Amino acid sequence: MIDYKKKLAPLSLQTKSIFSGHPIAIAGLIGFVMFVLIALLAPWIAPQNPYDLMVLDIMDGLLPPLSKLGNGTTSWLGTDAVGRDILSAVMYGLRLSLFVAFIATTVGSLIGVFLGLLAAVKGGWVESVIMRAVDLKVSFPGILLALMMLAIFGTGVDKIIYALIIGVWASKARLTRSSALSEMQKEYIDAARISAIPNWRIMLKFLLPNSIAPVLVMIPMSLSGCIGAEATLSFLGVGVPITEPSLGLLIANGNDYLLSGKWWISIFPGVVLVSLVLCINVVADRIREHNNPFLKSMNMQ
Amino acid sequence: MIKYILKRLWHSGILAIVMSLIVFFGLYVVGDPVEMLSDDEFTEQDKIELAIELGLDKPLYEQYFTYTGGMLQGDFGTSFVYNRPVLDLIMERLPATLEISLLAMVIGLGIGIPLGIFSGIKNNSRASKIISFFTTVGYSTPNFWQAIILIMVFAVFLQWLPASGRGLTNSMFGIEWAWLSLNGLQHMALPAINLAIYKICMQQRLAKSGTQEILYQEYMTFARAKGITRNRIIRRHLLRNILIPIVTITGLEVGGLIAFSTVTETIFSWPGIGKLLLDSIHMIDRPVVVAYLILITLMFVFINFVVDVMYAFLDPRIRHQK
Repeated sequence: MIDYKKKLAPLSLQTKSIFSGHPIAIAGLIGFVMFVLIALLAPWIAPQNPYDLMVLDIMDGLLPPLSKLGNGTTSWLGTDAVGRDILSAVMYGLRLSLFVAFIATTVGSLIGVFLGLLAAVKGGWVESVIMRAVDLKVSFPGILLALMMLAIFGTGVDKIIYALIIGVWASKARLTRSSALSEMQKEYIDAARISAIPNWRIMLKFLLPNSIAPVLVMIPMSLSGCIGAEATLSFLGVGVPITEPSLGLLIANGNDYLLSGKWWISIFPGVVLVSLVLCINVVADRIREHNNPFLKSMNMQ
Repeated sequence: MIKYILKRLWHSGILAIVMSLIVFFGLYVVGDPVEMLSDDEFTEQDKIELAIELGLDKPLYEQYFTYTGGMLQGDFGTSFVYNRPVLDLIMERLPATLEISLLAMVIGLGIGIPLGIFSGIKNNSRASKIISFFTTVGYSTPNFWQAIILIMVFAVFLQWLPASGRGLTNSMFGIEWAWLSLNGLQHMALPAINLAIYKICMQQRLAKSGTQEILYQEYMTFARAKGITRNRIIRRHLLRNILIPIVTITGLEVGGLIAFSTVTETIFSWPGIGKLLLDSIHMIDRPVVVAYLILITLMFVFINFVVDVMYAFLDPRIRHQK
């Protein structure tokens, strides 16, 4: 019997071999999990709801960190011009930034993997149309493409997700296609074909699980890329709406006050943004290093 | 080789046409130019006349051909906001973008590559780990955040360098440049450093992994076995091989820098084409946005073409590919 389905090592085992002996990567992972928890729990742990204009008091505006608010509570990280508590705004901003990046990375990767598999299986004109489109996308810097999209469709949370998806899919399609093509040379696919298993089933059941590994390795990198891109676009004022600030927009709001010494409005969201991206990137670097057969063989020498 | 070049040229031509179609039809849906140009006193009749004058009454495909026809003769339309030919606006601002992009490129390559080779050779040393840590932090920090920190440190606290504008410009070959005077150079410093930090980090990472890959090639072992001195191995065997990918990538990087200058120019109020694009997006100045994007597309298509040809020139396997 041909063992046509390669089994990936159990996830727990893989995680252990990726992270053991790499304290920086472990710290990154812990940091990332912490940020995700804060983002998920923001509505319950944030001192106020920064989107609710009713709770904001203009009299509390521009207070430095550790000030007492009008309602008697302490604002640990200060307030912005409309009296929004920075700690709460950062928590909600983190929530929005992560949400946008997660959706864009997931949907973009799914589209990319699907198109890559389709190109590999179908071949012919389907393949050349898909791969031409990939070339088109890859030859363009992502930030310009996103600006172009936002210029066309206008701004908003949904629009920025579309713009980011456009940035994510192409590299995934290219990777999936090349790894699927090399899988298709193998005997288990021939065996499946001979057994008269329909094409779509071969694609989903056999090719997908065996050619997805290189894409999975890239996902953390895409996630941090999306977070950075969203922050940049929101900072430039073509991203999320002013009523629902993400980390990038919070920084932009505070930027006008930086020169007058009111540093806390920008600095706190910025520190959170950089820490978040850094946490993801050190994990991403470690995962890539772990999955690079070349580097692995080198370390054994 | 000629056959290969012709084939790439054909691909590039199609790419340019497809992108111009996407940009033109995509942006067609944004903002109504008649509403932009008319004020309250305009009657319906005036608006229709204005539409006819702008050629907006014609079918979309005809407008596309009129536009691209004009483009080939150097007419990219007239800006709604500045009421001047778009091409003049872009050409006026292009030198400002080029000078900070090129300066950033020189800084990026000049610092990034040596750092990368060093940390590739001395992979396990403390210095290499510190360098790699800093470049990881550097490329994890969004461009605009670096810009804010640079302004805070060098313009606000230390007050060494100006944070906005282009300063004094001097004329050379009929073009205004900032790098010809000390004042201009001071104004260039922060935006150029801002663009360069990311470049330094990326080049360091590229050069590091390239170095490590080459270090374990058989010809390196052989060179060591022959008893060639360490410096000579680095110069003749390592540097030459590592430069091939770096030189070809550099072409593409120029394009990337010009794209990223959008962010940097906006923050430092640097009067280049990136700031022009963003201002035009905010003011819905359609002709400027369309022209900028089409020009940038053409530039990218051209750069890709040159890079492809260079690859083929350096690597015979590519040009004989079917």
